[in-house]
Amino acid sequence: MYSQGLIGADTATKETAEFLAEFQARIDAEEKIEPNDPMPQAYRNTLIRMIGQHAHSEIVGMLPEGNWITRAPSLRRKVALLAKVQDEGGHGLYLYSAAETLGVSREQMTEELLSGKAKYSSIFNYPTPTWADIGAIGWLVDGAAIMNQVPLCRCSYGPYARAMIRVCKEESFHQRQGYELMKSLTEGNEDQKAMAQDALNRWWWPSLMMFGPPDSDSQHSDQSMKWKIKRFSNDELRQKFVDATVPQAELIGLTMPDPDLKWNNSLNNGAGGYDFGEIDWDEFWRVVKGHGMMNKDRIRARKKAWEDGAWVREASLAYAAKQKANAA
Amino acid sequence: MNPDPLLQTVVQIADDHLILGHRLSEWCGHAPMLEEDLSMPNMALDLIGQARALYNYAAKLENKDRTEDDFAYLRSDREYTNCLLVERPNTDFAYTMLRQFYFATFMQPFWQSVSSGTDETLKGIAAKAYKETGYHVRHSGEWIIRLGDGTEESARRMNDAVAELHPYTDEMFTADAARQYCIENGAVPDMQSIQAIWNNNISQVFAQARLTIPKTPYPQTGGRQGQHTEDFGFLLAELQYMQRSYPGAKW
Repeated sequence: MYSQGLIGADTATKETAEFLAEFQARIDAEEKIEPNDPMPQAYRNTLIRMIGQHAHSEIVGMLPEGNWITRAPSLRRKVALLAKVQDEGGHGLYLYSAAETLGVSREQMTEELLSGKAKYSSIFNYPTPTWADIGAIGWLVDGAAIMNQVPLCRCSYGPYARAMIRVCKEESFHQRQGYELMKSLTEGNEDQKAMAQDALNRWWWPSLMMFGPPDSDSQHSDQSMKWKIKRFSNDELRQKFVDATVPQAELIGLTMPDPDLKWNNSLNNGAGGYDFGEIDWDEFWRVVKGHGMMNKDRIRARKKAWEDGAWVREASLAYAAKQKANAA
Repeated sequence: MNPDPLLQTVVQIADDHLILGHRLSEWCGHAPMLEEDLSMPNMALDLIGQARALYNYAAKLENKDRTEDDFAYLRSDREYTNCLLVERPNTDFAYTMLRQFYFATFMQPFWQSVSSGTDETLKGIAAKAYKETGYHVRHSGEWIIRLGDGTEESARRMNDAVAELHPYTDEMFTADAARQYCIENGAVPDMQSIQAIWNNNISQVFAQARLTIPKTPYPQTGGRQGQHTEDFGFLLAELQYMQRSYPGAKW
């Protein structure tokens, strides 16, 4: 693969004031930065961290939804869920390839995930105890992901921006699918309606946390905005998500678990928007730091898959080496 | 053609596909490598898709207002007539790929023959399924070779899988009275011709994989009569959980 030729390549760049100014000028002119272009080490590191986290989130994100594949309530739902979880795996593969163009290997990134050095989206440390959670994840978690990811289609790093175009198309399909699932539950019997409301109650606040800490204490935002890796702040994206999602809940007769939620004409420069209650940032940091209900289970599952599969990967390499030797 | 033997045969084939698809789908998110996290669900999707087409046809033949989900979710274990091979647990990647290879190598000539058979609906299902099954044969067959001729450990695991799974292969080629009726009517192929092709294809891949076809003096059968292994009850418990917990709900 093309990107693998770049792994471990010498990427050292003398970061003179002149070089940094030229680099910023390219960014400001909306030029895409490509794998072989010189770039500041910090730009490279930021992207490796971001794309790696994004890829890991896709992979770990397969687990909470995969939890329901064997128990999906109808054949139609079963194939839709299976295809959806498979899509997430595809995004992971795509994103690992994008990260490889920056000189880091998939194996390296995987080791960092398993050792706890690399992070993934904390949302996946919440459990999926009911079938309605599959709807809530599609609707809210994929919905929040789209808010974050659509601007990344214009990210200054070319391979990431291009990967995001396809990812966003699929995510928006998942979001509609999740919403349709929730809608079907709200049109069902009392048990189904209660299941849907319960799932919304559990997923609403964690999905608001997906946009990250408030702008007042986000450590990576300023430089990433300057480099046009990010285009909007955490709080701006969160507000957009709330404004888009509240009417969707109303339409299907679900109630947001937030007594402080109310329309405010003065938000969004007078266009109006929703005020919402205080986010429990203690909970956010607790889960980020590894103390959510499912953190340990998620990493254990990934480690088990990786370790149990080691003999398969080794056999594959051994067979390829034999074939190569025979051909020589 | 008499709808009853055809119905029974269609349900048998559908059950094979649903159960194998379900087993494969258990891997999703837990595969040895990301590429397999994509390809196993892919094959599972093909299989469950084929099962749906077949259950829908069964529902039509039966004409009693049952749906694909009634067939898939609301029968007792004795009413599922899949062969035992497809319900065997995943165990490890060698078992899973071998189970896939055995079954796909059986279904490929089967679908090919059905696609020029006498039943119009089955012909339509077969045309699509034949292409999909060809991919399953290639994918699993390549793994059989890679694992059989890979490392010492992979060869040992592959040999273990062959020793344990091979006794379950005979059942694929059995034909009860209903299936015999369909064979005579030209809707599905006769089992001897399929078995000859199967033997030949398995031998070719096994030779490359340095595997030997074992003798199986005591074949394992029973699934076609609804007599299943113990693991099957747990598979059904998961599969049917929602439908049994919320009777009559629409999803």
